[in-house]
Amino acid sequence: MDIMKGEVICIIGPSGSGKSTLIRCINALNDVQQGTITLEGYDVHDPKLDKLELRRKVGMVFQQYNLFPHKTALENVMMAPLKVLKEPKAEVEVRARALIKKVRLEGKENAYPGELSGGQQQRVAIARSLAMNPNVMLFDEVTAALDPETVKEVLLTIKELATDGMTCILVTHEMGFAREVADHIYFTDKGVIVEHGAPDTFFDNASDPRTKKFLGQIL
Amino acid sequence: MIETFQDFFRSVADTYPKWNFIFFHDPSQWERVISGFYVTVQLSVVCVILSVVIGIIGAWAQGSPSRIIRWVVQGYIQFFRNTPPLIQLLFFYFALGQFTPTVTGPDGWTEQPIISNVGWAIISLSFFAGAFNVEIFRSGLEAVPNATLEAAEALGFTRAQTYTNVTFPLALRVSLPALNNNLINLVKTTTQAIAIAVPELLYEMVSIWNDYASAQNAAMTVLFFTYIALVGILAFGMNRWEARLHVPGFGKTS
Ligand SMILES: Nc1ncnc2c1ncn2[C@@H]1O[C@H](COP(=O)(O)OP(=O)(O)OP(=O)(O)O)[C@@H](O)[C@H]1O
Ligand SMILES: [Mg+2]
Repeated sequence: MDIMKGEVICIIGPSGSGKSTLIRCINALNDVQQGTITLEGYDVHDPKLDKLELRRKVGMVFQQYNLFPHKTALENVMMAPLKVLKEPKAEVEVRARALIKKVRLEGKENAYPGELSGGQQQRVAIARSLAMNPNVMLFDEVTAALDPETVKEVLLTIKELATDGMTCILVTHEMGFAREVADHIYFTDKGVIVEHGAPDTFFDNASDPRTKKFLGQIL
Repeated sequence: MIETFQDFFRSVADTYPKWNFIFFHDPSQWERVISGFYVTVQLSVVCVILSVVIGIIGAWAQGSPSRIIRWVVQGYIQFFRNTPPLIQLLFFYFALGQFTPTVTGPDGWTEQPIISNVGWAIISLSFFAGAFNVEIFRSGLEAVPNATLEAAEALGFTRAQTYTNVTFPLALRVSLPALNNNLINLVKTTTQAIAIAVPELLYEMVSIWNDYASAQNAAMTVLFFTYIALVGILAFGMNRWEARLHVPGFGKTS
């Protein structure tokens, strides 16, 4: 698969089909066993690659938010630029506050993750990744742990990001959302990409029987 | 003021011969109590700090990729946890003490071991409490979710940055209540240093009642109250620390 700058890609597929594994390979959280991944000149599959440098350029948001529970929302967003990029605090704080505003959490800067709802925590997690100014954002079933009401607010945030031109790779079970925002959809099963295409063709004219079966169950 | 205080306890001793608070009306006995108290406080403070340092280093070493290092730490814990601290103290002082080099004392002709009995008490008690602290910190470290560490990793944190900014602060919060208990035990265990003649509070008190049998009940009473106060101060400090580190929505469900 090839992903252009600014594109939004959705990966769908049954549980255990390797969706998480695929996107975790992109920021080297999992090792690449076979094949190659190249990201803006970085050979991700190269075991000698400086993983830390790569990860500064790739933002990742997890299903379970994984915020730092002992830090406030603002501190969560500021931590990586301060510690990893060693940027001056004043600058980072301005940027962090702007990001919190962007994910519509103004006023929650000093709340701890334990005091926020799932949807709010997930938006802090998105802001936290964005604070590193990544070139690509990876989302692994980021709405799977949320109730339907809060799913919307998180999806809206991602949609805004996509509109702003951020390159996004999403694993999702939100088919309606995938159809609406994705430029391209990939379907995985048993560790391989079975089929891919533009959203409309993919959803309306799937050719592979496995895709048809999956879509039939879900839609 | 002091005069009336001393007179009061003198009259108590006259009326109740078994309750001679001799250190409250005899300045030279008072000095013995105070010097014992200082030694106890010093012993406690030094051992608390060292045992915490040992706990942190040990817990960190237990996560080492080297199997040999992990075995050494495990052996250390098993040894110090499963044997009585009193025997450890005697072993360190009498057995190991024989093999340490000696230096010439301040008088110019006696030979003194390089590690005094106070030194051995500090070493032995710190390692004793440290063994428990390793376990305490380790369970704290294990309580930190892997997913949280993965998030730090995904943001580009180095291993050391992840440890100092995420793993350790979270593990510490989980560990504090158990640490609190163990340190209280440590302060009480310092009294066993009497066995190698460390002039701490119990040692001085026992010396006093050996000299003045009438002071025994009084000395024990004062011992109890002093330890209640010492442990109280430690527990208060630890609780304050716990409260300061408390994060809403983390740990204790509140
Ligand atoms: N390309 C592959 N080749 C071989 N094994 C794979 C491949 N992709 C994934 N796997 C294995 O399949 C298992 C499940 O993968 P993964 O967790 O990525 O699935 P998933 O699609 O994210 O599932 P879920 O929807 O439940 O999150 C893992 O143990 C992984 O090692
Ligand atoms: Mg998954």
